[in-house]
Amino acid sequence: MIEKQVPNLADAIDGIRSGATILVSGFGEAGSPVELLEALLDTDVKELTIVANNAGSGNRGLASLLREGRVRKIICSYPRSKGSVWFERRYLANEVALEVVPQGTLSERIRAAGAGIGGFFTTTGIGTDLAAGKETRMIEGREYLLEMPLFGDVALIKAQRADRWGNLVYHAAGRNYGPTMAAAAALTVAQVNEIVPLGSIDPETVVTPGILVDRVIKITAAKT
Amino acid sequence: MSSQTEDSFARLPGTVPGGRTARQLAARLAADIADGWCVNIGIGKPTVIADVVDPSREIIFHSENGIIGVGPFAEDSAQDDDLINASKGFITIVSGAAFVHHTDSFALIRGGHLDLAVMGAFQVAENGDFANWNIPGTKIPAVGGAMDLANGVKRVWIMMDLFDRAGVSKLCERCSYPLTARGVVQRVYTDLAIFEVSTDGFIVRELVEGLSLEELQRHVPVKIRLEGSV
Repeated sequence: MIEKQVPNLADAIDGIRSGATILVSGFGEAGSPVELLEALLDTDVKELTIVANNAGSGNRGLASLLREGRVRKIICSYPRSKGSVWFERRYLANEVALEVVPQGTLSERIRAAGAGIGGFFTTTGIGTDLAAGKETRMIEGREYLLEMPLFGDVALIKAQRADRWGNLVYHAAGRNYGPTMAAAAALTVAQVNEIVPLGSIDPETVVTPGILVDRVIKITAAKT
Repeated sequence: MSSQTEDSFARLPGTVPGGRTARQLAARLAADIADGWCVNIGIGKPTVIADVVDPSREIIFHSENGIIGVGPFAEDSAQDDDLINASKGFITIVSGAAFVHHTDSFALIRGGHLDLAVMGAFQVAENGDFANWNIPGTKIPAVGGAMDLANGVKRVWIMMDLFDRAGVSKLCERCSYPLTARGVVQRVYTDLAIFEVSTDGFIVRELVEGLSLEELQRHVPVKIRLEGSV
């Protein structure tokens, strides 16, 4: 029997170690696994490398890990968001390193990791400061940059609905990085709003197949 | 969203009574978009376009976070945490909309499947270069999807104030800020005038009422001209 549902947040994040690279879904707060991130505060993990679109805002989720000094480095596309107070404070104090990556390149690097692709060529970033030190190649008369895959030790993602095999369905644009990150980490944990009986998700509508998901945790308490 | 929509545009000091507001400019820009186009609307003022467009038009607005078919801004009572635009403002979707995940959303962008991207900018040069992600001295650099859009879509139009808060022209001969992309901008929609980027520099397509080409040229440090003139 395959049972991916775990009973509590502690089990959901069990085994995550200090120094880990964690892929975190979300575009702003949409699709962000806030409760899984905050569960890390109840452990002693630190020195984390976070891969995400943004660098957290307000006081919850990713921002709480920054506030508590658990993050060593952030790889993201847009850290300068309204309310990114804790990132700004840690970054300006040289307590957190930053790697800025164009958003589509960030997403595709994660996809490459999950799809067994050893790198890819893109025109994104050509002629800019972000091309510094990268291999280029002329393809069909256009200049391209070589970008490398970006793996995670762990992916923490959020979806709307799951079954016990870990099949996932998302809600609206909360989907964002979830499907890509699920494939790119050694351990993928999904927090969901609802767990339904096996067979009740129409196979035509499954977005992330359960073979990419290791653990599923149902979050009951509403986000405040 | 109000902080984005109610910004008053910079004015040409002491000359023109008023340029277009963000909403007026968004409506003017929307009038130049063809029915059936799929158009990415970037962070900031461009997001207003989907709010002001005539609902009878069938333009498909794309938001980088995986929404194809963005509608007007959402009323307070109808906000969904998972329905936001590039600026993280609450939006609605139109009939016929679709969601995709992030990697597919950028495959649409990079694969040339979008007809147009409308973005803001700090500087636009007469050779079509533009800069919109990092001003030297900025504490925190942030690129977002701008470089992917700039290189991937069929057309790049810039929507911005012509002058920055210090009154400095954002049109320039060459960008001094770090580039977002080289040679990609085709049109520039500003509060005071609309420009086309040609192989011979900026061509003025439209001036707001009461503003002459000569007057504008005095404040812009790069040659601007009417089509057919030299």
